[in-house]
Amino acid sequence: MVKRIITMTVNNRPGVLNRITGLFTKRHYNIESITVGHTETEGVSRMTFVVNVDDERIAEQITKQLNKQIDVLKVVDITDQAIIVRELALIKVAVTPATRGEIYTLIEPFRAAIVDVARDSLVVQVTGEPEKIDALIDLLKPYGLKEVARTGTTAFPRGSQRASSTNKSLFII
Amino acid sequence: MAANMKVKERVAKKQTLCGALMLIEALKAENVKVIFGYPGGAVLPIYDKLYESGVFHVLTRHEQGAIHAAEGYARISGKPGVVIATSGPGATNIVTGLTDAMMDSIPLVVFTGQVASNVIGSDAFQEADVLGITMPITKHSYQVRDIHELPKIIKEAFHIATTGRPGPVLIDIPKDMAVAEAEFDYEQDVQLPGYQPTTKPNHLQIRKLVEAVSQAKRPVILAGAGVLHANAHEQLKQYAEQQNIPVIHTLLGLGGFPADHPLFLGMAGMHGTYTANMALYECDLLINVGARFDDRVTGNLAHFAPKATVAHIDIDPAEIGKNVPTKIPIVGDAKEALIQLIEQNGKRPDVSEWLNKLNEWKREYPLMYKREPGVLKPQRLIEMIHEYTNGEAVVTTDVGQHQMWVAQYYKFKQPHRWVTSGGLGTMGFGLPAAIGAQLAQPEATVVAIVGDGGFQMTLQELSVIQELNLPIKIVIVNNQALGMVRQWQEIFYEKRYSHSLIPNQPDFVRLAEAYGMKAMRATTEEEAEYVLKEAFATNAPVLLDFHVHPGENVYPMVAPGKGLHEMVGVKW
Repeated sequence: MVKRIITMTVNNRPGVLNRITGLFTKRHYNIESITVGHTETEGVSRMTFVVNVDDERIAEQITKQLNKQIDVLKVVDITDQAIIVRELALIKVAVTPATRGEIYTLIEPFRAAIVDVARDSLVVQVTGEPEKIDALIDLLKPYGLKEVARTGTTAFPRGSQRASSTNKSLFII
Repeated sequence: MAANMKVKERVAKKQTLCGALMLIEALKAENVKVIFGYPGGAVLPIYDKLYESGVFHVLTRHEQGAIHAAEGYARISGKPGVVIATSGPGATNIVTGLTDAMMDSIPLVVFTGQVASNVIGSDAFQEADVLGITMPITKHSYQVRDIHELPKIIKEAFHIATTGRPGPVLIDIPKDMAVAEAEFDYEQDVQLPGYQPTTKPNHLQIRKLVEAVSQAKRPVILAGAGVLHANAHEQLKQYAEQQNIPVIHTLLGLGGFPADHPLFLGMAGMHGTYTANMALYECDLLINVGARFDDRVTGNLAHFAPKATVAHIDIDPAEIGKNVPTKIPIVGDAKEALIQLIEQNGKRPDVSEWLNKLNEWKREYPLMYKREPGVLKPQRLIEMIHEYTNGEAVVTTDVGQHQMWVAQYYKFKQPHRWVTSGGLGTMGFGLPAAIGAQLAQPEATVVAIVGDGGFQMTLQELSVIQELNLPIKIVIVNNQALGMVRQWQEIFYEKRYSHSLIPNQPDFVRLAEAYGMKAMRATTEEEAEYVLKEAFATNAPVLLDFHVHPGENVYPMVAPGKGLHEMVGVKW
């Protein structure tokens, strides 16, 4: 299985998300995450999908099928480009007076922030590539995870594209 | 100055109309000659305005009949079929037809009523989430939320339905929108930045194909319905003759290339001819023009055209490489691509050996069936209909054995004479489709060839045929079974005929007579001769009930999971 990151711009009309997710269901494509939000242009939204596919042929099919949607303005499979990939996670972790300090030190290299403090829990906010978030969650697990909310991946091509060989191929499992 | 005049004209044309009148005015502007529909609560305001509009509306007896009739009309006229159905059950009754049109790329504009905007989402009487239901089975769909948008929506719908790869577009109109008023401006341009179909093929790819053809030893063209949608039949013939390349048709492509042409190899696929299927297996260059490599055409993909370089011309880029790896992709209109190929006038490949081989196969393995005295063979029946109509009739069918026999034995000489449910395989399609076909070409001989199973799914439309006095000849290939199901059970399920035999069919002759229609029955070849002669001499609808040999199977046959070269039933 290969992970592909597909971004697209769509007309911000009722039912657009339904059309897109319906298409994925109909064609048996597996969505790992979706993010949707406004763009700089009024009436246009950007969607970022992470999908798991068997091979490149399916990835190409997804792009082509998405392109056929009238409300889809542009589709790009940016997996092989130089890109910025980000996700945000909120992690509610159980704490005791003894572990509180430890967690503060632990999250520091991740440049994560404590955004809520309660008597027996902390909420950690972390942004970064999905792997980094996975790593932090792993580290926090032994303390007891009460709740985790992840936004899913959003991504963007970098301003300048280097030769493709230097690109990260992080997304090949 | 001219521009100024135009603006003035536009201003003059702008008028305030209610939604229902907008719809009617838009239909007139689109030059729609006939619409098919069925009234109901949510479309009452629309039907009220239709009453004195002068629009020719055909009241079918079921919404499924309306949409299949619209499909038949679209297929024969080349213009979009227009349908109106009410909300809820009216709309859900057209779901099969929408899917059918989507699968076979038939342009439709379908209006459905919807409950009033203020009760949408409240599970109101006759409310159904039609937009949600039809999203995956339409090319595009709209729900009118603001009356000001209606003219733009209708204009876009006609544009989307008829351009690029054609398909059905649905407009859901809440009841209050039909009475709400706004300015009607239908002169505006369609602006759809997300919809820009590529029609002009890439010149480089065309050059690549010309080069590949010149090198080929065993080239073959597989032509699908894309040729017909693009009106490219002339160019197909010209190109095939120029390059001396044999032509195979898909089911839906039939008629695109004359069946009596020496370069024609027949239909490919599950019930294709030996020559067509073997040609696909042995070819070294496969040129697909407007076909989508459906699984019924390719058989097991692992064995499909294993020796071939594949070139694929298609208006829909998503079809290229979807099922079959393609070396030379050509996105564009079939006609434009063929014109470019003809203009290139590339080096003719040396195919004499290949054509010899193909002709040998044609001689050695023709389509075959045994005639028996006192028995009417369905294949013979189709041949007789072909003879009586000189291969020039408009023929519609359902799905199943009778459909395959028509595809095999009705040798279509001309394009746009063949209306069948290919992709979806819809029983009950043929009879209502014939209504639309006859209305599209009032002078044509229209023959609806249906099975005894499928006929009973939409037979209520006999009423419409009789009422409009459409001189359709309805041929029931009656084997008292769901023939194709029965055939599969015989071959793959040890003759366990589970719910596929229907020995107690109604008396179809008396049934037709109850509708006021002339009807006859035949059980032998001699009787068939007689009733066909009589029917084709009658300028009125006639229903013919042919009791054919019930155990007859369709051959050749490629079993599911097998390659095209593994077909059975090619020789006694």
